[in-house]
Amino acid sequence: MAAASVLFAALFYAATAVLVVGLALRIRLYAGTPAPLKIPTTPAPVTRGGVALRLVREVAFFESLFKASLWTWLFGWVFHAALALVLLRHLRYFVEPVPAVLAFVQPFGILAGFAMAAGLAGLWARRFLVDRVRYISTPSDHLMLALLLAIAGTGLAMKYLAGTDVVAVKSFFLGLMALDPQPLPADALLYAHLGLVAALMLVFPFSKLLHAPGLFFSPSRNQADDPRERRHLAPWAARLESDGKP
Amino acid sequence: MADVTAPPLRPFPVAPRIAPDAMAASKPYVANEKMQEALGFPGSLVDDWHDRAIAKMGELLGNYRSLRVYLDACVHCGACSDKCHYYLGTGDPKNMPVARQDLMRGVYRRHFTVAGKLFPKLVGATDLTKDLLDDWYKYYNQCSECRRCSVFCPYGIDTAEVTMAAKEILDTVGYGQKYSNEIIGKVHRIGNNLGLPGPALEDTLLGLEEDTKEETGADVKFPLDQKGAEVLLVTPSADFFAEPHVESLIGYAKVFHQAGISWTLSSHASEAGNFGLFIGNYEQMRTIALRIREAALELGVKRIVVGECGHAWRVAYSFWNTLAGIGAGGDDPFARQLQAQLDSRYRQPTHICELTWDLIERGALVLDAEANDHRVVTFHDSCNVARASRMGDTPGGQFEIPRAIVRAVSNRYVEMRPGTTREATFCCGGGGGLLTDELLDLRVKGALPRMESLREVADGHGVNFMATICAICKAQFTKVLPYYGFDRSMVGGVHQLVSTAIRLGAKS
Repeated sequence: MAAASVLFAALFYAATAVLVVGLALRIRLYAGTPAPLKIPTTPAPVTRGGVALRLVREVAFFESLFKASLWTWLFGWVFHAALALVLLRHLRYFVEPVPAVLAFVQPFGILAGFAMAAGLAGLWARRFLVDRVRYISTPSDHLMLALLLAIAGTGLAMKYLAGTDVVAVKSFFLGLMALDPQPLPADALLYAHLGLVAALMLVFPFSKLLHAPGLFFSPSRNQADDPRERRHLAPWAARLESDGKP
Repeated sequence: MADVTAPPLRPFPVAPRIAPDAMAASKPYVANEKMQEALGFPGSLVDDWHDRAIAKMGELLGNYRSLRVYLDACVHCGACSDKCHYYLGTGDPKNMPVARQDLMRGVYRRHFTVAGKLFPKLVGATDLTKDLLDDWYKYYNQCSECRRCSVFCPYGIDTAEVTMAAKEILDTVGYGQKYSNEIIGKVHRIGNNLGLPGPALEDTLLGLEEDTKEETGADVKFPLDQKGAEVLLVTPSADFFAEPHVESLIGYAKVFHQAGISWTLSSHASEAGNFGLFIGNYEQMRTIALRIREAALELGVKRIVVGECGHAWRVAYSFWNTLAGIGAGGDDPFARQLQAQLDSRYRQPTHICELTWDLIERGALVLDAEANDHRVVTFHDSCNVARASRMGDTPGGQFEIPRAIVRAVSNRYVEMRPGTTREATFCCGGGGGLLTDELLDLRVKGALPRMESLREVADGHGVNFMATICAICKAQFTKVLPYYGFDRSMVGGVHQLVSTAIRLGAKS
């Protein structure tokens, strides 16, 4: 097997490990950090079920962002929804046989590739055109958009400009999952695409991509508005009670 | 003091262009040694401030999930960038919530994240220099902790949490803010924010009884430290003598009088305000809240009612159960002791508006709305009530109940523009411990968005009275209204309107 195939196999094992372990550690840190006070942004749901619904609306529709800025919402929502479809489309590289529903989404996944690039372009344009957003943008904000746009670009290029041997790519990933690495087609565009995806997986647990798990742990969104009905006490705050005043 | 100027009202409410460093000269007086040490903070900036600040930040990151998650989660999308009234009024980019957070986020990344340790430039990580510490002092004292940004953030990031953490760190290194820390000292020493001692309070209340007798002919009482009363009323100390605050206190007293509810104030807990919230210090907030518990136990009351005060209602509604066991659902001895005494048929604590509205619904008050016909009224939602608390049983009760009272006691009511009320309300510009004279320029500029929507209804509908239920809003508007060409007496309390409308003689 070519050195490049071995290298990519190793890269994907490493990237997956970093992504999974890194995220798990971060989630454990969030979950283990107490929220000593009730701080839901009100009006807030008064039950846990209502909170779950609020989070679903935030995740699926970006409810708060919709209220904040229509342009940012439009570009952001289109990008994320398209990315979800694109990921769904790519599932076919990891399962055999391909279920009917995955076969069904394939053409939509291609459209989503363009939508994803358009959303990213819109988000990036804001970083140059809106003076407030330009002011707050750091190099990593630009790089993250560049990375995602490059992933979309190389993917679309393989579809429309220089096709790659998708059957071999699939056997590469199925091999990885079976701990039996198979060769990867020697294709510069494919190398670029996969290298960028691995980079995204590697930076995920160390970057602002933590907004994904962060939302679920955000006290202003995930707390129920019931402070008069339930006594909410963090362990460190309870200790003040036992050795402090009555 | 810098020149105080009101910005021109904008013809269209679009965000201003950024004006870097426009407010770089704005900062409140630093607390002196005595004020700092009274709260257990170092008297002045300590030599090893850098290391202590980083250590304190690490401690807070371990104690507050909000801070930990909020410093990680921001993607710099800019949704909040045009939501802060201080940004809208000043154009200073560091008053954009995201940029305000970034003053701390940079240091967090530098010291607490892998990326910031390895590639600081790339991710905007910064060292905590003395200049940056000064920027913290300036710009975290240009945030009124109003939470408007948190409504619009896709992750609910609440800049108030970051501001509170920053103030806590600044206090820890001996760089505290005079206004807030001096007031907290007064609460501990004397019992209220204004430093009004017990005998003076008693005198004031007797004077109010005489005035009210003269006005209405009824024997409306203003009891103090009355054991066995049904209700302990905890209200901001400004209600005792500041205008227009006192008009609402008279309103509460009339409501209690007509409903036949025995009530009392407490000289031990003669303050609803809790500036421990503003400086982000849990222990201070808890110690101040415990005074209410102690007073309630000592006086043997059955209900605890809170007067018109925004941040006080946030602390009471959201935190008293946690801090002082005032509420329901606790099964520890500390919580059970007070629960056993308080009447569980009522919400504990109760907002005075909840109490009054319940009475109105039951027909227990005689109201003559025509008495307010000289007023065209609008209602200003106060930030802490709107975005950090509730009234009644359903979400949004904090908007509906005060409005329902206003509509019941007056005939001419007008709403301000949507997007500037309810959960999207604009801060008055003076909350969060910024209600001090040396910050007047900031306060005037921060009031801009509210003044714009008030101008609309004043010109379009003849509104001449803006009702609100917050002592800070009342004091702030009284001061800044003239800068925008309004009469300062345009602002007043909801219970000021109740006071005007209630007919005491009509019912025994």
